[in-house]
Amino acid sequence: MVLKLEHVTKRFGQFTAVDDLSLTIPEKEMFGFLGANGAGKTTTFRMILGLLDSTAGRITWDDRPIDYSTSHLVGYLPEERGLYPKLKVLDQIIYLARLRGMQKNEALIELKSWLERFKISEYENKKVEELSKGNQQKIQFIAAVVHRPKLLILDEPFSGLDPVNVEMLKDAVLTLKQKGATIVFSSHQMHHVEEMCEHLCIMQKGKPVVHGALKEIKREFGKKNLIIHAEFPLDSLKNYPGVVKATPTMEGILLQIEGERVAESILKEIVGKGFIRKFALEEPSLNDIFIEKVGNSYE
Amino acid sequence: MNSFWIILFHTYLNKLKSKSFIVTTLLTVVLVLALTNINNIIDIFDKNGGKENVAVLDESGALYEPFKQQLKTINKDINLKLYKGSEKEAEKAVEKGDVTGVIQLRYNAEKLPEATYKAMSIADSSLFTDLQTALQQVKTMQAASQINLDPAQLQKLYEPVSFEKFALEKNAKTEEELNQARGLVYVLLFIIYFAVIMYANMIAMEVATEKSSRVMEILISSVSPIKQMFAKILGIGLLSLTQLAVFLIVGYYSLSKNMESLKDGFFGVYGFGDIPVETIVYAVIFFILGYFLYATLAAFLGSLVSRIEDVQQMITPMTLLVVAGFMIAMFGLGKPDAPFITATSYIPFFTPMIMFLRVGMLTIPAWEAILGILILVATIAVLAIFGARVYRGGVLMYGKSNSYKDIKKALQLTKNE
Repeated sequence: MVLKLEHVTKRFGQFTAVDDLSLTIPEKEMFGFLGANGAGKTTTFRMILGLLDSTAGRITWDDRPIDYSTSHLVGYLPEERGLYPKLKVLDQIIYLARLRGMQKNEALIELKSWLERFKISEYENKKVEELSKGNQQKIQFIAAVVHRPKLLILDEPFSGLDPVNVEMLKDAVLTLKQKGATIVFSSHQMHHVEEMCEHLCIMQKGKPVVHGALKEIKREFGKKNLIIHAEFPLDSLKNYPGVVKATPTMEGILLQIEGERVAESILKEIVGKGFIRKFALEEPSLNDIFIEKVGNSYE
Repeated sequence: MNSFWIILFHTYLNKLKSKSFIVTTLLTVVLVLALTNINNIIDIFDKNGGKENVAVLDESGALYEPFKQQLKTINKDINLKLYKGSEKEAEKAVEKGDVTGVIQLRYNAEKLPEATYKAMSIADSSLFTDLQTALQQVKTMQAASQINLDPAQLQKLYEPVSFEKFALEKNAKTEEELNQARGLVYVLLFIIYFAVIMYANMIAMEVATEKSSRVMEILISSVSPIKQMFAKILGIGLLSLTQLAVFLIVGYYSLSKNMESLKDGFFGVYGFGDIPVETIVYAVIFFILGYFLYATLAAFLGSLVSRIEDVQQMITPMTLLVVAGFMIAMFGLGKPDAPFITATSYIPFFTPMIMFLRVGMLTIPAWEAILGILILVATIAVLAIFGARVYRGGVLMYGKSNSYKDIKKALQLTKNE
């Protein structure tokens, strides 16, 4: 059940939305898509779901294209949220679940457990338009997962939610993953992807800029962050060999260095010069990698 | 259950339970009841049981009796009363409302009757006309006797000529059959016209609502747009049949109760007693095909707009097509064999109404009707294929513009370059 994208390209007239994208998304893993607005994330999702045909290339899941015969195995949370505003939560979810091939009573049980989990059981018989935006979003999420999909595609699942609800939803996504679903999701927020995904792809203007396993990407990147807080001036470290970038902070300095070795020799250099309150070597953040690869800040 | 049926019944039941549907249906039922009971309703509102009192001031002293006799043959409901008072008093009586009007009868210089009619208003033209006709007859009789014509001669003079119409074509409809057909076609044209406008509108709104609320993206990732489109068209179609069935049952029940009172009115002329089976079959065929044609058109037009407010604007050209077809058909009722009608009956957008008009009113060879139906079916098929593609692209398209250029854009979205 591997989801494979092979040299996928999508052009709208003159405009190329997705350019030669090749990805492999392993089964039961969480895959993150990062990218600014217009980077081609939604278009990619729509192609995976078969809503749009790709101009070139092939998309397969378990060596077969995704079409309406597999729709009961696929869940989708679109970026533009949308439910029937006049329909009650219960009727709505059951209708959508039945369209995905679920039996009515089965859907009812599943819905109730989700409502309980999100602590919104009392809204079961309310019309969607009467709910707050955050709660609507939870209903939308339930609509995407109620039929227990094997492949779940979440387009910006956490946007527009308060931190408490973000945690609640993250938790739900992680549970689904443990239960064996393959999850693909996109986000503006680097840290969401960093926290949750084993594999990721950063897109820029339709092209994959960075792509692979998170650990690999970080290791290949090689560079590390070194944070030093000390009671004496650290400006001289700016030109120390092996330092790529130096950013002064309130309490000291943040250095981007080429490797652990550099940190070692810096430590030797500054020891004895005064009191060092903090000396920490950290993995680079995705943001650092992004800035390096793309050349401009993302967030 | 297959997703097609799930959508079909979801659409059907949701609309059936909606307030607007229930209200429209009830209002129309009231209207149907009112129309079929129109005679009773008029009677209720008529004071004096529909009788009018008219005072007569006979200045000649000899005109009252013949005038009264003539009027009796024209309208029994006008009550004449010889008034003995003065003109002023009579006018007062009119003002008080004791009588509707006062008519003064006298002889002119040539010894022929003439009259003045006074009433509070002269809006009631039928009363006035009846009085005038009665007096005209009195005058004719008296004038005839002045020139020594005896009543037999007079009768000869006024006897209507015998004028019979025969159609030479084999199986041509007789005058009576034509009247009957005209009435039936008239009623069915109205039904087709309203149903097409109303339900096509409903479909376009339904699609646009799903699109504007953005639930569409989930829907089309679950079920193919083509399936959705047709499930929706059939769902609303089922709804239309439900509504029509309610109207027909109410109408039939109410009519059969009132058949007596309506016998000599509209329904007598357009005898609904024995409707030819063939006409009914054609009516059903053309109703269903007409519905499908316009419903398909409406569904794909609805898929092009992003906001509900734009639906009306988008489907206006379609509505105009229906109206044009209806107008042509109305013209055709009086002249069903005009070449213009024959030609337009093959234009698929007009076929449901005009071809039906022709099969209902004329005796046309079966192949003509079948050809019309085939063209119609082919057009529906083409529209459905084309419409489904536009629908598939259209539902993913959001933006401010809502012009027919979007059709091209929608098609491009679904195309493999």
